[in-house]
Amino acid sequence: MRSSLKDLLDEKKILLADGASGTNFMEMGLEPGFPPDIWNMTEPQKPEKLHQMFVDAGSDIILTNTFGANAPRLKLHNAENDTYEINKAGAEIAGKVAEAANHAVIVAGSVGPTGELFQPLGAMTLQDAREAFIEQMRGLKDGGADVAWIETMSAADEIQAAAEAAVEVGIPYVFTASFDTAGKTMMGLAPASLNELDKALPGKSIGFGANCGVGASDLLVSVLAMTDADPEAIIIAKANCGIPVVKGASTVYTGTPDLMAEYIAMAADAGVRIIGGCCGTAPEHIKAMRQALDNYQAAERPTLDKIIEKTGPLISPVVSEKDGPKRQRRGRRRA
Amino acid sequence: MSDDEEEIILSELSDDDLVAQMMDDLYDGLKEEIEEATNILLERGWTPYDILTKSLVEGMRIVGDDFRDGILFVPEVLLAANAMKAGMTILRPLLAETGAPKLGIMVTGTVKGDIHDIGKNLVGMMMEGAGFDVYDLGINTDVDEFMEAIEKYKPDILGMSALLTTTMPYMKVVIDELKTRGIRDNYIVLVGGAPLNEEFGEAIGADAYCKDAAIAVETAKELITRRHNQIAH
Repeated sequence: MRSSLKDLLDEKKILLADGASGTNFMEMGLEPGFPPDIWNMTEPQKPEKLHQMFVDAGSDIILTNTFGANAPRLKLHNAENDTYEINKAGAEIAGKVAEAANHAVIVAGSVGPTGELFQPLGAMTLQDAREAFIEQMRGLKDGGADVAWIETMSAADEIQAAAEAAVEVGIPYVFTASFDTAGKTMMGLAPASLNELDKALPGKSIGFGANCGVGASDLLVSVLAMTDADPEAIIIAKANCGIPVVKGASTVYTGTPDLMAEYIAMAADAGVRIIGGCCGTAPEHIKAMRQALDNYQAAERPTLDKIIEKTGPLISPVVSEKDGPKRQRRGRRRA
Repeated sequence: MSDDEEEIILSELSDDDLVAQMMDDLYDGLKEEIEEATNILLERGWTPYDILTKSLVEGMRIVGDDFRDGILFVPEVLLAANAMKAGMTILRPLLAETGAPKLGIMVTGTVKGDIHDIGKNLVGMMMEGAGFDVYDLGINTDVDEFMEAIEKYKPDILGMSALLTTTMPYMKVVIDELKTRGIRDNYIVLVGGAPLNEEFGEAIGADAYCKDAAIAVETAKELITRRHNQIAH
């Protein structure tokens, strides 16, 4: 059955999101370099099957197969004219699975980054990005998505453009960023800066948080900073399932179901309200996370030591301020 | 800007102060100042190669170190690299005329299915700043395009980039093709991109995984030196 994200958050203390799309589609035969979003039109049974597996494993939220379905990215595959249709179909496929489920399931319309740099660093304008996201979100909304799930972001400008698009289209939204570079996004956004950004965005997001990035431990550190800055905020965590390694012809992630069970308990202790997995997280991991969540006993906020003990060392740790630049500046600046 | 920061006239600085100033200006991504200072040094009779190595390359090394150490992030490094590029634009034709030494040739590309090129572009700019010739194949590069470019440019180094879990396995496709053709060992293969790691690079048969552009430059220099040493033996 369907529900709205707001209602389900009122009902349950912690919601379980789903796992990865890309890495699971590779298990289903996705060729390297092929955009899985196209499957919404050509092989809808594949995303449907993955959604079903996550719902069966206990996900309260499933993300549509539309992560790369914005025109700047679809252009690469000459599919930019199908942007609306691919997104609508993606939301419909997930909606069908949610409808038939015996528990409430939210259909979250995945909106990933355009891959472009914004002016003045690159060519993308806020206006162009907003239009691209509006087109994508119209498709998602018309296909029945309950919320726009803006994810894997690294630049404040792009989050701004996506949030504006959601307001324009009239769909609730959440946003998450990928903190993969010394505890920040590659564009230098710190986790707690999302708390500030959230206040400045149009409309009102339902929540925000972290996804992807590097390992589960690094992501836990990111979300701790957010719940630290505002214990009342609705924070989202979707961590990668370990790190990728090559096994034979395929790429697999090192995280075990046990590791993801440890991760979800610590994310819950950190005050995170919506928890799932990103790259490498398979249905079996989500199943273990569901069990961990059902048997969850609240503990204290995790310390860095506990995080490292339970889910492994940080992969890209924050640089301490005292290790900062040692370079002596020459002082002045011209006008 | 506070009042005690007096205005500096670049042309009034001594050579040493000017070079130090260029490093600050590179760090701050001040393109016009870098152009101006490059021209001043040329007027003072510096060789293009000395300007490149002692000011631009050295300045970008500092930027690269702070990028590697998580002090600077992509926006600052892009601005610095653009400033460096402005200096390079002045120096490049002069370097060619004077036959200045080159460290090597590199071909780069973002692999098939992937449009993410921010990191790859940074690598290109910083490698160029370090004294390499860089041929950039752009985004969505398939194995045939890589093979053609290798034949055409005869690089020392092949660099591949991917940001998606669905595209990173394509790097293996390219490396396997090099092996099939029996030419794998003729090239240093470097790979990079957010989802990658050292073990992944090793497993697909790359020579090295480079965490960021600064490390790519360090690794490239080291592997090139090692290769020259082997040939010399």
